[in-house]
Amino acid sequence: MTLFRLTTTLGATAVAALLAAPAMAVDLQFFFPVAVGGGAAQTIQDLTTEYMKAHPGVDIKPVYTGDYTSTIAKALTAAKGGNPPQLAVIGAAELYDLIDEDMVVPFDDYVSADKKQSWLGGFYPAFMANSQVDGKTYGIPFQRSTPVMYWNKDAFKKAGLDPDHAPASWDELVADAQKLTVRDAGGKVTQWGVRIPTAGFPYWLFQGLAIPNGATLGAPDGKSVAFDSPAAIEAAQFMADLTTKYKVMEPGTLDWGATPKAFFEGNAAIIWTTTGNLTNITKNAPFPFGVGFLPAKKTFGAPTGGGNWYLFKQSTDEQKKAAVDFVQWMTAPEQAAKWTMATGYVAPRPDDWETPALKDYVTKVPGALVARDQLKYAGPELTVYQNVAVTQYLNDALEAIMSGQKDVATALKDAQAKATAALASYQ
Amino acid sequence: MRRETIHAWLMLLPALVVLATFMHVPAVETIIASFWSTARGARPSHFVGLKNYERMIADPVFWQAMRNNLVYALVTVPLSMGLALVMALLVQGRVAGRAFLRMAFFTPTVLPLIAVANIWIFFYTPGFGLIDQIRGLFGLHAQNLLGTGSTALYAVAAVAVWKEAGFFMIFYLAALQTIPPTLIEAARLEGASRWQIFRRITLPMIMPTTLFISVNAVIDAVRLVDHIFQMTQGGPDNATNILFFYIYRVGFQFWDTAYAATLTVVMIVILSLLALGQVVLIDRRVHYK
Repeated sequence: MTLFRLTTTLGATAVAALLAAPAMAVDLQFFFPVAVGGGAAQTIQDLTTEYMKAHPGVDIKPVYTGDYTSTIAKALTAAKGGNPPQLAVIGAAELYDLIDEDMVVPFDDYVSADKKQSWLGGFYPAFMANSQVDGKTYGIPFQRSTPVMYWNKDAFKKAGLDPDHAPASWDELVADAQKLTVRDAGGKVTQWGVRIPTAGFPYWLFQGLAIPNGATLGAPDGKSVAFDSPAAIEAAQFMADLTTKYKVMEPGTLDWGATPKAFFEGNAAIIWTTTGNLTNITKNAPFPFGVGFLPAKKTFGAPTGGGNWYLFKQSTDEQKKAAVDFVQWMTAPEQAAKWTMATGYVAPRPDDWETPALKDYVTKVPGALVARDQLKYAGPELTVYQNVAVTQYLNDALEAIMSGQKDVATALKDAQAKATAALASYQ
Repeated sequence: MRRETIHAWLMLLPALVVLATFMHVPAVETIIASFWSTARGARPSHFVGLKNYERMIADPVFWQAMRNNLVYALVTVPLSMGLALVMALLVQGRVAGRAFLRMAFFTPTVLPLIAVANIWIFFYTPGFGLIDQIRGLFGLHAQNLLGTGSTALYAVAAVAVWKEAGFFMIFYLAALQTIPPTLIEAARLEGASRWQIFRRITLPMIMPTTLFISVNAVIDAVRLVDHIFQMTQGGPDNATNILFFYIYRVGFQFWDTAYAATLTVVMIVILSLLALGQVVLIDRRVHYK
């Protein structure tokens, strides 16, 4: 009998302990995509483990969810099934769609007043441009990037150009590219002057022409677009002229993935691509190369890109507080420096660049500084409601222009009409 | 009798449950979903009748995807089947290096389509890709096959043919082995030419296999889209957008699930009609032993 009582008491204590344990520890889960090669997934895992060691009350599970598209797909599916993660790294441009789906909440309510200033106020404005709505912060910049121009210094020398001076304006780009385009006796091009990849998602690099020309494609409230403004048409015309009028770029749409390869093979002397390729190009380019701003028209300019941290609605207040604390830690300068060095993403805060680690890094990889300095002129990438569909209309138009299926004004007017119809219900 | 009936149903039950859960219920749900709007956050889904279908009929991208799919099928089905038959005839007899040839023809089938796509991106890359390097030997200009509206669809169709022909060859090879040699010997004694033997004996004897392969080839012409993701993402300007790819894009990138359901209903109807038509039509001309 005593034995029986003892067992029940022990059993009850054990059950109580088991029930008590989850109440003490906070469980968090976050989804993250990997869009670049290298050790991105391992770095996320390592940083999370480091955080949990310092914060024993929190248990965090990082879940790798493929690329950006499949990450938002999985997050949406999980939320609709009532079991979303507490956090996820999703494309910054998905901001309005996540709000529209009623899936995310702003970070502000879970941050103390002084932190609001020091933490939320401490990111580069270019990154915050598509992370905040009505003064509330929905996205915390994390794996952010921007396109830059890479040029082959050997090819510049051979063409009689100064290898240390990158074309700084559209006119210079055309002039240099004409000298860099090499044709053999039969008229066959053996080296193209410039390559701006335009297949798949041309809208991003197109903004590298639109922003310097003063064209804002998406309204800040995300409810309208201006694809067919004179400045946008002029930018698209310039992109088309590179192939048809100046004949310094390969005709047809150009693959994104093969662009670094085209650079290595000497097929293109100047390429535009993301800073995310810096590590790849540094490792594989068989010639000295330079990294520079995208050339200027009215001003310099480039779009931002990449992913933000988002805080999901369906979780307890306790989870949200713990999640926000974790994101603060992940985006603190020490961690941001590690993350930038592992991936090539642009560290999103000025104070990140003051860390000894990053100061040391930029002496070895000076190209990283170019992306940072270009942020002064950068604008947000197209970020509107129905973002994927609206962006697709612009992609279709740009591909039609570059593959010679439609003229510039018609293509952009068509895209504008389709986008306006898709956004009609948000007016 | 009753007990036997119950017994029979019990035996069928596992298959029925699996089929219903993964085939019939989702199919019916898809049809229902096509009459409702897409739910977005605070705005729940509501009944819209035929609105999604009206939108589809007015959607130029849908019609372009249908046209593209037709061209894609008209290229891939006959070419992959024809090539499969030629390859099977080549490697069935006594040829030097028969095992090697068979393996070479079959290899594309074993590779995942995504890997195949990566290989072909290199083939097609303008300037320094394999095709342009070969063209360069003859002094021909580089060409951007995937990046030009008029050629991109044929370029992705070629990949599907390359991938599929080896697989279909295996079926033809098996069918050719089952033709009784006595028939061919008898024909030879009668003085039939090789063409006559092929036309009058081989072709009719492998007709059931041809039917089977053609059903598969047509289904694949609708279903095989993996390489499009990798190579063109439906571009340039929807030149390689085919129905299944469009459904994925609308459903999982635009998150317009109701419209995706509507497109799916069209695909189910087309596939069912094709399968039915093929079975009824070719059945009359198929020689069964």
